[in-house]
Amino acid sequence: MSKGFLVFVESRGGQLRKASLEALSEAKRLAQSADVHAIIVGKDIKGLAAELAKFGPTSILIADNDLFANYSSEAYAKAVTEAVNKLGARFVLAANTSMAKDFIPRAAAKMDAACVTDVMSIKGGGDNLEVTKPMYSGKCYGVYELNSDVSFITLRPNVFALAENGGEAKSEDLSVNVEKVRAQVSEVHASEGNKVELSEATVVVAGGRGIKGPENWPVLQNLCDTLGAALGASRAVVDAGWIDHQHQVGQTGKTVSPQLYIACGISGAIQHLAGMSSSKVIVAINKDPEAPIFKHATYGIVGDVLEIVPKLAAEVKKAQG
Amino acid sequence: MKIAVCTKAVPDTETRIAIAADKKNIDFAGVRFVTSPFDEFAVEEALKLKEKHGGETVVFSLGGAECTAVLQDSLARGIDSAVHINDPDFANLDTLSTAKVLAAAIKDGGYDIVLLGQQGVGGDNSQVPSMLAELLDWPQTTMVVKLEVEGNQFKAEREIEGAHEVVTGSLPAVFSAQKGLNEPRYPGIKGVMAAKRKTIEVKSAESLGLKGKVSTELCKAKLKEVLMPPERPQGRKLEGDIDTQVKELVNLLRTESHVL
Ligand SMILES: Cc1cc2nc3c(=O)[nH]c(=O)nc-3n(C[C@H](O)[C@H](O)[C@H](O)COP(=O)(O)OP(=O)(O)OC[C@H]3O[C@@H](n4cnc5c(N)ncnc54)[C@H](O)[C@@H]3O)c2cc1C
Ligand SMILES: Nc1ncnc2c1ncn2[C@@H]1O[C@H](COP(=O)(O)O)[C@@H](O)[C@H]1O
Repeated sequence: MSKGFLVFVESRGGQLRKASLEALSEAKRLAQSADVHAIIVGKDIKGLAAELAKFGPTSILIADNDLFANYSSEAYAKAVTEAVNKLGARFVLAANTSMAKDFIPRAAAKMDAACVTDVMSIKGGGDNLEVTKPMYSGKCYGVYELNSDVSFITLRPNVFALAENGGEAKSEDLSVNVEKVRAQVSEVHASEGNKVELSEATVVVAGGRGIKGPENWPVLQNLCDTLGAALGASRAVVDAGWIDHQHQVGQTGKTVSPQLYIACGISGAIQHLAGMSSSKVIVAINKDPEAPIFKHATYGIVGDVLEIVPKLAAEVKKAQG
Repeated sequence: MKIAVCTKAVPDTETRIAIAADKKNIDFAGVRFVTSPFDEFAVEEALKLKEKHGGETVVFSLGGAECTAVLQDSLARGIDSAVHINDPDFANLDTLSTAKVLAAAIKDGGYDIVLLGQQGVGGDNSQVPSMLAELLDWPQTTMVVKLEVEGNQFKAEREIEGAHEVVTGSLPAVFSAQKGLNEPRYPGIKGVMAAKRKTIEVKSAESLGLKGKVSTELCKAKLKEVLMPPERPQGRKLEGDIDTQVKELVNLLRTESHVL
């Protein structure tokens, strides 16, 4: 009998993260006959169990405690490792979010375990998995084998299919013995800008130096609003001070894997491609027919971005009826 | 204040990646090595902390001969001394083994702060900083865009999805640097000259007490194969006047790609 899976499901502002539910769906797919347990950690989160149950976990562990009200890597790592010890799980899965990136490797080190992050595909089942992840900013891929009693895997958002499996998961309180928390979140400031989080958006509209100046962001923002897209940017315009770094896509910015990526006035430098080349469909709008971005684009339009983008927004609106 | 910085020597970001014959790694022939981009922010932050609070800065790099130039680059920017951890046992280590080696080199050094990059080029893992913090049994903050230190307390700001988090805690602690933390300085001629007189201490598995404890064979995450990314299907440029192209694009996005 296989030892089963544990999936860390993140919640924020009373909502389960979609990317975490993707990880849970993938665990269900891989588990075959093995159990798939879910763990949620926080304060006053019991109400989330009903929604979570729709995705078919065997059981839901709830670590609900004042200690978890404000995030800390030490306490969250402890909660997950205690759950692993209790269940004897073979694999721990989580979405590759900024929270999981922070504490999952810490939990892995606590358990002397293998850890592979930002995984894009998983093969196998039962006790043996082979995971594939981008390396060198997506210029190549690495296939890893995991050789420890328990292994930790984080999954890139937007890559794995979401599947509601239904079920009647029972919930159980997990009491966690946290000895020390020496660093903890004390404030959270929502940033201005994207309503849809860039790394989880299904559509991204990104602007580069070809948009001419920061006064033209509203042109792109209008297309974003029409598509429900997040706004991205090249490093050139971040460095020029046209927009905040949180919008930057690429090797030194965010990695995105949307269904649709629309690159507006972006040349397609290798460091930019690093952040978006795993997008399903890439549209390039650039006035230079020789721009490298066209080599990677599913569809390309050669022309002035400031002329094309408003027309595109109008046409999409029309199509939406 | 005593500050350690960990830097990884990595291929220049412009490098065209080719896969080695055994498909277990990339082909490093002719590759130019540089400091991993996020590690430059870690080095700069160490220099700024020393300027403000006084103390000592030491840079660590684990790897082969390629580390020398990278360590010299940090020394030229103003880091006081360097430690090169070089041992054939330590070739191609996974993240946890890397963290174990760095922890062994750092743990008894009396450090208050360890700074790393938030992600190293190559494995693109974002793991070593958090693992190192756990192995040292210190608190941590990763992806830091602002850091303030006062006595043995710190306040660090990190970027998360759609927000900034402020983390407060106590030293000693581990931090990983995100872009935005600072603007790295470039080494000047004087720095380059001064670096020549600074020492690079070399450590081995033996001298760190890790012989037989950490090695390529003992790694738990094993890189089995390196592949080129899946080919993207050949794209196409649309034709006709702009209005026609825009109409055609929306049509294709709906009926061919099904993304609208
Ligand atoms: C270590 C390192 C890390 C890096 N990290 C990143 C990263 O994370 N993300 C990133 O993006 N870059 C990164 N870069 C920078 C990268 O190399 C490029 O410099 C950058 O991506 C270029 O941005 P751009 O395409 O906006 O500008 P440009 O290269 O200047 O391209 C502008 C494009 O706009 C087109 N254009 C101009 N006018 C119009 C018009 N009216 N209509 C339509 N098209 C027009 C031009 O034809 C051109 O193709 C990094 C570089 C280094 C060295
Ligand atoms: N071989 C190494 N030597 C020194 N520091 C390293 C090494 N590997 C990783 N690091 C540090 O850990 C950070 C994160 O690396 P990674 O977890 O591999 O993405 C890097 O930016 C470096 O600061």
